[in-house]
Amino acid sequence: MPVEPFIRMRGVSKTYRSGKKEHLAISDATFDVMPGELVSLVGPSGCGKSTLLKILAGLHPNDGGELKIGSATHAFDPARDVGMVFQAPLLLKWRRILQNVLLPAEILGLPQKESRERAKDLLALVGLAGYEDKYPYELSGGMQQRAAIARSLVHDPKLVLMDEPFGALDALTREKMNLELLRIWKEAGKTIVFVTHGISEAVFLGTRVVVLTAGPARMADNFEIALPRPRTLDMKTHERFGDYTRRIYRLLGME
Amino acid sequence: MNASTVRWTLAVLAHLALLLAWYLFVKLGNVPRFVMPSPSATLDALLQPNYDWWANMAVTATEIFAGYALALVAGVALALLFTWSKALEAFFMPLLVSLNMIPKVALGPLIIVWFKYGVFPNTLMAFSICVFPILLTTARGLREIEPELLDLVNSLKGSRWQLFTKIQLPGSLPYIFSGMKVAAILAVAGAIVGEFLGSDKGLGYLMLQVQVTLDTPAMFMAVLLITLIGMALYGLVLGLETLLVPKDARVD
Repeated sequence: MPVEPFIRMRGVSKTYRSGKKEHLAISDATFDVMPGELVSLVGPSGCGKSTLLKILAGLHPNDGGELKIGSATHAFDPARDVGMVFQAPLLLKWRRILQNVLLPAEILGLPQKESRERAKDLLALVGLAGYEDKYPYELSGGMQQRAAIARSLVHDPKLVLMDEPFGALDALTREKMNLELLRIWKEAGKTIVFVTHGISEAVFLGTRVVVLTAGPARMADNFEIALPRPRTLDMKTHERFGDYTRRIYRLLGME
Repeated sequence: MNASTVRWTLAVLAHLALLLAWYLFVKLGNVPRFVMPSPSATLDALLQPNYDWWANMAVTATEIFAGYALALVAGVALALLFTWSKALEAFFMPLLVSLNMIPKVALGPLIIVWFKYGVFPNTLMAFSICVFPILLTTARGLREIEPELLDLVNSLKGSRWQLFTKIQLPGSLPYIFSGMKVAAILAVAGAIVGEFLGSDKGLGYLMLQVQVTLDTPAMFMAVLLITLIGMALYGLVLGLETLLVPKDARVD
């Protein structure tokens, strides 16, 4: 029996209205995400990638088209099964790292003891063992973002939505975090939708890349990245990696 | 010596330097006692038993601390109420900004008309001058929530109450303290103005009494004691802030 897609999007569109002005944020987004995939959504600023993420998170309803998350084999509970990571770590300054990671578990009312154990395990997974009792300001930007990733996983969601999570980091930390994310993704076994405007980042991370263009916002392409796994940094110099990035540059009209 | 010891030493030195300058100015300038008493003459004023220093100080301190405590409770509670919904906020906040423009000391004569004179109206003066800065900074703190943090809570279908208790309220604590620090200084001024306008006890009342007899050393002493009460209140607030708000989250 073929595996059903975890996310099925067909012709999804979204228009924002402010007064009489209408702004088409996304038009006709059609793609599938298989369970356990890491899909990169790439495009320039204002192409509607964040909007798409908010629709997936259930924060905004879509105006048109169909969206189905979950399948017979992979049930989806909109309240319990979404984890989010943003460009800013958004850690609560007055909470220690462990308490920050526990926030979603608290909101969902999950059992405290198990959640604490899980939060500690996740901090170890993201490389922050021993930092449980630190305050956010005692951690570097990259470390804060690791804590934010642990927080997005603490309630064991099936879907993790990441909105340019490494966009504010310096280039070297970003490369390092890319490798870390791939390791975490492999160990945690989540379906991840990763929004970025970094073309090389999108190709490096994604099992599949969805390309969005701005003005008018629309979906330009959706293709699989057939690079071997685990991905290593030297794959970025491979000919095939270059083919993929060139394809995206062309779609975005940058060649 | 580490940096903090150096800073403490410098702070103490600055205060001692001021005392010395004061002493030298009076001594070398032959300044008459009724214009400016020397530090020692000021200290001697405490020996005057009929000034009832401690009783008067207790009255003023009571007015300041009671007015301040009332303003803290009312200011935070009203801020919570007014920012609970966008509609309430849009209705009340402009009004509060206007009310804040009233010079509170100008209310003094009115307060005396309404409540006679004594400890209670002076407490009210301190209250009226403190409540707005606390209310407005608290309201600002409650509003300062990153939209994405709101998204995070909403994606987990968190309730309005959870958003409030877990994010808004603790997030507003640094702002509450910033308002409390401003209010701590104002509270002292409010109570003293109240005592000037109409009172039969307190350090402000005492100042008016000794002014008549040109007992300037006693006036100096009164100012010093009022300042000490203010410093005690301010120190208490700073101590609480250190205890409750992590270093990085503080707002000045």
